[in-house]
Amino acid sequence: MSAPLLEVRNLSVVFDTPAGTVHAVNDVSYTLHDGETLGIVGESGSGKSVHALSMVGLVPCPPGRIVSGEVLFEGRDLLKMPERDLCQLRGGRIGFVFQDPMTSLNPVLTVERQLMEPLLRHRNLSRSQAKSRAVELLELVGIPHAKERIRQYPHQFSGGMRQRVMIAIGIACDPKLLIADEATTALDVTVQAQVLDLVRDLKKRFGTTVIWITHDMGVVAGLADTVQVMYGGRIMERGPVGPIFKTPRSAYTWGLLRSLPHGEARTQRRLYQIPGQPPNLLDSQQGDPFAPRNEFATPRCFHEVPPLVQVPDSTSGHLVAAWYDLPMALRARQEKPA
Amino acid sequence: MNDTPLLSVRNLVKRYGGSSTWFGGNSFGVSAVDDVSFEIAPGETLGLVGESGSGKSTTGRVLLQLEAPTSGTVLFKGQTITGLSASELKPFRREMQIVFQDPYAALNPRMTVGAFVAEPMVVHKTASGSERQDRTAELFRKVGLDPSFMTRYPHEFSGGQRQRVNIARAIALNPSFIVADEPITALDVSIQAQIVNLFQDLQDELGLAYLFVAHDLSMVRYLCHRVAVMLRGRIVEMAPSEAIFGDARHPYTKALLTAIPVPDPDIERNRRHVPFDLEMHGPRPGQTLQKVAPQHFVLT
Repeated sequence: MSAPLLEVRNLSVVFDTPAGTVHAVNDVSYTLHDGETLGIVGESGSGKSVHALSMVGLVPCPPGRIVSGEVLFEGRDLLKMPERDLCQLRGGRIGFVFQDPMTSLNPVLTVERQLMEPLLRHRNLSRSQAKSRAVELLELVGIPHAKERIRQYPHQFSGGMRQRVMIAIGIACDPKLLIADEATTALDVTVQAQVLDLVRDLKKRFGTTVIWITHDMGVVAGLADTVQVMYGGRIMERGPVGPIFKTPRSAYTWGLLRSLPHGEARTQRRLYQIPGQPPNLLDSQQGDPFAPRNEFATPRCFHEVPPLVQVPDSTSGHLVAAWYDLPMALRARQEKPA
Repeated sequence: MNDTPLLSVRNLVKRYGGSSTWFGGNSFGVSAVDDVSFEIAPGETLGLVGESGSGKSTTGRVLLQLEAPTSGTVLFKGQTITGLSASELKPFRREMQIVFQDPYAALNPRMTVGAFVAEPMVVHKTASGSERQDRTAELFRKVGLDPSFMTRYPHEFSGGQRQRVNIARAIALNPSFIVADEPITALDVSIQAQIVNLFQDLQDELGLAYLFVAHDLSMVRYLCHRVAVMLRGRIVEMAPSEAIFGDARHPYTKALLTAIPVPDPDIERNRRHVPFDLEMHGPRPGQTLQKVAPQHFVLT
């Protein structure tokens, strides 16, 4: 394969708070290739959003602090880049779509102004060129009557339409990399389905590389080539979408998949529940962050952090951070792999 | 389950913003709930699904009389509870409770969670002194919390634990009916199954009936005996769960079903979303729920 588009090496981010230091991202490393779609799954506090924001200098400092790491985008380290260059990248080569379109859009500017901003800034287009490109973009994301609607303000759009505007802004300058953070979480399922179809279409047409951050395993199943499961600021497991869902190697992934109803009707079966509560990242971590909730944890899990390594006999790049062997533990209990 | 409904909702309407205008005309405002009727049997779970703005949460609030309906009647155990005064409603309040979506906002930050759970018993004078203490501890155990947590404040708890506190308060007066308004939506994924199981266990143990308001259809299928689908303030389809998920008739229900992402790459990659055209298939005035099969109704 060619050189990766994005390479994250040993990224660690902390927040200094009055209550102590929060370890939000711990030693995260991965690579992303051109045209690939990476789905990052995790719950709140897993570090999935913070790690993405910190890559492009969007974590406010203080309280945020990048303790270590390199983020190489097309070979250049984003963390060492001067702010001016980063500004050129953000909204240009790297597009963003955030969760909440109502707070991300400026309520006192028309959609047209907000769509033209990145085009004027990054593309050196004339105002009239930017205007017609802005209309094209709105049409591309499937907003009807784009010519008229572009003069409207965000509050005149419905939630789904606003999210489409956000996506239009995110892809305005044909980014190499699109980072979407819970971009469809606030939307109704029918609208979410439309937005996901749109992203699939964009991938096909422009070969956009995508990082799709979500807590929804279903969304990832349909969209991602590679899935990365995060918990407590660490990558628990990473691999091609098929093996992750069929033969998960991390007890956390396994538990998450088991705890979702799989289309069964009301039965006497109780849902599998992961015991305990999400970790408190204030405590300095020892060992595997999931160990206290993991029924397969070995004594070693509690005091030594497992490295993210290749799954034995995997040829597809399936990685897991675990001291225990999940398939073996499940076989011993005669449970299904997923 | 027996045949007499615990709760009957008849032609419920809730309009917001309607008022007579300066020039003697009338503006009708927005109908959040438009001619909604359904029944819930003792011990039954009815799922109420729909997108934001469909009126599902408003239906829950209006039927509990947290807001007065514009018109329509609600009967609880055969007695009309619409149009009652606050004091006349009080005995019914003991029987009908609600659990909200946001477990953070629902708790009082300056009250210990023990006092919070015990408060309904104070208001309704059902228990006092050590009896109330014991009952509170029992409620904590029932929802899976250690009674030693009673003296703590809400900020010391995680989202899932806070929702347990809210549930403990909701069952404090031995209600027979609970409106659960998106009770797991705001929780972490790894916690949702815990709370769903808790709802199931409490139903088995206490014979509770639920109105489960949600937009997560896979959870609804798992939890509910029957499902009502709402769109634009109206119920467009209502049927037993198997029928909704196996034999959906209304175009909107079909669109909704094909839009739920399923955690299985093989299914997800081969699915076609059925689009829904609101102009063509949206509810129109004059349409009524027609029976298409036993217990299965479609707006036509």
